[in-house]
Amino acid sequence: MCHQTVGLIAAEIERRGVPTTSLSVCREITAAVKTPRALLVPYPFGYPLGRPGDRELQTSLLRSALALLYEAGPPPVLGATSEGVKAL
Amino acid sequence: MPAGKSQKERETPKSSVERRNFQQLMSRNSRCWAQALRVAAIDDLPLRHRLFLKAYRFRTLTPVPFAPPRRPLPESRVALVTTGAVSLPEQPPFDEKVRGGDSSYREIPAGADLRTLAIHHRSDAFDPTGFEEDRNLGFPLDRLHEMEARGEIGAVNRRHFSVMGSITATGRLVKDTAPAIASAFEADRVDAVLLVPL
Repeated sequence: MCHQTVGLIAAEIERRGVPTTSLSVCREITAAVKTPRALLVPYPFGYPLGRPGDRELQTSLLRSALALLYEAGPPPVLGATSEGVKAL
Repeated sequence: MPAGKSQKERETPKSSVERRNFQQLMSRNSRCWAQALRVAAIDDLPLRHRLFLKAYRFRTLTPVPFAPPRRPLPESRVALVTTGAVSLPEQPPFDEKVRGGDSSYREIPAGADLRTLAIHHRSDAFDPTGFEEDRNLGFPLDRLHEMEARGEIGAVNRRHFSVMGSITATGRLVKDTAPAIASAFEADRVDAVLLVPL
């Protein structure tokens, strides 16, 4: 449900002219809601930034998510990353 | 729970359509489609949640609102929204007993010490231990401050917002909470918002 909540709040912010990006561990819900921008990450529910205490991994995921702001539409703009998969 | 364990994917016709759309998007957008297949899936969830989600009609954004970027990232004021239901010690807790989900929100200042934040999101839909160990896992405020210090983003906004993710009745979320959060960011002249689901 949290992925739908993210999409609905993002939509209202986008309507005010402020671009949004997000993370998603569940492509099914993110695709169903059509969240404007989302980085799909290969982690379990509850681990959108990969691993607790892993500053490097978390930072690189944030960079990838923020980079989606500059991807041309049309929305939804989805990105994917395999970062950190082996380490988990 | 290891990522992407679900092999048997029985889905309704509607979600097959969604899947096709998604694959079209992915083939256009993604460098690593194969890896993306390993993201968590509804089938990873406990049975109670799976049954609920199969029957649940998600709200689909049509058309999808889409604002262009305002300025380069190193000049952008960035704000966070988490659905991890965190709150400051002095704020009231989220109420998990509200039917359809507690759609209230909490404002978290940029200077908050993440270790002091309370977490009210208790759900068997996900393993909370990682988030309890490191709040950055779902509310990456420390990482954002570091990016500001390195000049990767222009500024961390003065405030951020926390909601509880498990909202099934979305009326009040759409009517009150989302507009309140959006108005606050508008007033702060935020350039970009990152939302993290938990």
